[in-house]
Amino acid sequence: MTLRTLLATTVALTFVGQALAQDFNDPAEFKKQREQLSMTPQGPEDQPWAQHLGDGMADTAKYKKEGQVTLCFSNAGVFNPWRVVGLNNLNAEAELHKDRLKELIVVDAEGKDDKQISDIEALVSGGKCDALIVSPNTTAALTPAVEAACAKLPVIVFDRGVNTSCPVTYIHPVGGYGFGITSGEFIASKLKKGDNVLALRIMPGVDVLETRYSAAKNIFDEAGINVVGSEFTGSDRAKTKSAVEDYINRGEKIDAVWMDAGDTATAALEAFEDAGLPYPVISGEDQQDFLRKWQSEKLTAIGPAYPTYQWRTAIIAALDVLDGKQVPGPEWVLPQPAITEDVLTKYIDERMPPLHYSLCGCQELPGYPERWGGKE
Amino acid sequence: MTTVPQSSPSRRQAARITVNSGLVIFVALYAVIAFLQPNYLEPGLFMNFLRRAAPLVILSCGQLYVILTGGFDLSMGAVATLVVLAASILINGDPETTWAVIGALYAMGIAVGLVNGLVVAFLKVPSIIATLGTMLLVNGLALAWSGGAARGDLPDNFRNLGRLVWRNVPVIGTLPLAALVLTGFVALAWFGLNATVYGKRALAVGDNPRAAELAGTPVAATRILAFVVSAVSAATAGILLGGFSGVSVNAGEGLELQAIAACVIGGAQLLGGRGSVWSAVFGALSLFALFTLLNLLGLPQALRDSIQGLILIAAVGASMWGNRRRT
Repeated sequence: MTLRTLLATTVALTFVGQALAQDFNDPAEFKKQREQLSMTPQGPEDQPWAQHLGDGMADTAKYKKEGQVTLCFSNAGVFNPWRVVGLNNLNAEAELHKDRLKELIVVDAEGKDDKQISDIEALVSGGKCDALIVSPNTTAALTPAVEAACAKLPVIVFDRGVNTSCPVTYIHPVGGYGFGITSGEFIASKLKKGDNVLALRIMPGVDVLETRYSAAKNIFDEAGINVVGSEFTGSDRAKTKSAVEDYINRGEKIDAVWMDAGDTATAALEAFEDAGLPYPVISGEDQQDFLRKWQSEKLTAIGPAYPTYQWRTAIIAALDVLDGKQVPGPEWVLPQPAITEDVLTKYIDERMPPLHYSLCGCQELPGYPERWGGKE
Repeated sequence: MTTVPQSSPSRRQAARITVNSGLVIFVALYAVIAFLQPNYLEPGLFMNFLRRAAPLVILSCGQLYVILTGGFDLSMGAVATLVVLAASILINGDPETTWAVIGALYAMGIAVGLVNGLVVAFLKVPSIIATLGTMLLVNGLALAWSGGAARGDLPDNFRNLGRLVWRNVPVIGTLPLAALVLTGFVALAWFGLNATVYGKRALAVGDNPRAAELAGTPVAATRILAFVVSAVSAATAGILLGGFSGVSVNAGEGLELQAIAACVIGGAQLLGGRGSVWSAVFGALSLFALFTLLNLLGLPQALRDSIQGLILIAAVGASMWGNRRRT
């Protein structure tokens, strides 16, 4: 009886898992992002935060405003290191425009949809804002609030999107599929058919993370690479290291480790060190600790990124809109570079904390490195 | 005066043999592991198993002191987390300060233990409530101090306590430093309970505090010391956990309950009066063997958790039932 229930549950869970995974495996989007990765970006070289992919431009003459302006920013929250770095980028970018910018009002929704909805309403009805920047907490829940705001003032959305085309532009890097394509293709190029890869993921059900995995999985399947396991680590170093040790102890040969985020990449590598095994091929992200390890241990690695410099772009776009300048739209797709062997040294900065995201585009901004927690 | 002890040694001997139900469970579980994955019989993997189980075993030894005196310590996990975060912030990558900081970490642990003990002994707050309070307090402090995210860096000489493995050691092959720390801590815990008067006092207090007090046992001091030992074990476990995997904001999450479960699986009696260091050690090893086994089976996480819960209830139920039959 119990055995049968257990079996039924297992089967049911497997199917649910597959049904969920399908939603995040959109071949059209996969193809589009693959093309975007190979496009040459337009705009100033060496300033990827001001570049864009594709040709669409949005006319903003009607929003033109003379004199000093006030920008308002409704932030989903600062609940992870990525957002901490990003918010610092945004504040520092704002400092560059002191002559034009009277005030930047930042409101933190602490990761709650309802708080962000009322935050946006308050900002719009407060009447102080000349333009509104929104980094939505979740897509569907925030759509009505953003639509209401669009009726009153120019809105710029970045990071996660909303289900409406009313914002002047929606700023985002290529995306989750692009992340998975870059890392998946690198690993596939270093492995042979039949080799094993272990996937380490933060948590299930988050769109930006699920698309990374589905893209990489597609590439591994195509290349005949065997995904021996996919484990959720909750971004926790201890869980990551234990999970990898468990696989090593099972006697499985792990040729590569694929990660949907790099904050625990060094913990995964330690498991190999402690077992006395050679390092696997690994895909991490642009965190400092991973890059340093990569350099010192001469790893075969890649650091794909979901660049935090998009937080700078949001300010640039808002001010351009109020200047009446054309901005890329309705989507402002930023280039999404990966850190590779040949540019590795450029991104390592010993002054920065271990979880600093190196593709922040912040090295020239005021307050670097202390503002980002670095040592002078 | 001298007639009573005549009969007691043999009876205690019998009790000690039956108490180690944890050993039986451990051997059984490890046999299944070895059947599924024969390389777990190699000394290297066994040593690795010990290294990873070390924090839980140490926590269980500390928890046992409190359980013997009739209480619970729910604050251990929080103390372990605090220790990991505090170490990373205070040391911040500077190997020179490691040993001084380790001293400070123990001081923090002892302070929490003292607070627990004083509140339980003098304010007469039930330990489950008092330590729940300190758990929340310490967790909150740790989060506030670290800003909720892992900060700072742990240098290699700190990490080594949980990570260093000597290779090419005669007979056993590899020897993790954590296994030595584990052995040392268990030896001290055994010494405290079996070679000093403290062990008998703790059992007396747990069995019947009123009677113990009337018989002249310093009840308050016994309880306070138990909480201090427990906190010291939590600090030790925290140092090993931080060493094993580095900074993590939920390093100690849930460990307090695992430690309590381990003691009970090993045959210690909740609310005091019975148990030995071996109940804690083998209970913890059994529990860790169970975790390892479920991992080896490769079941999905959700199923792993439920099976773990079922087996825990079964194991604890069995050992409680055994206890009841014996008394």
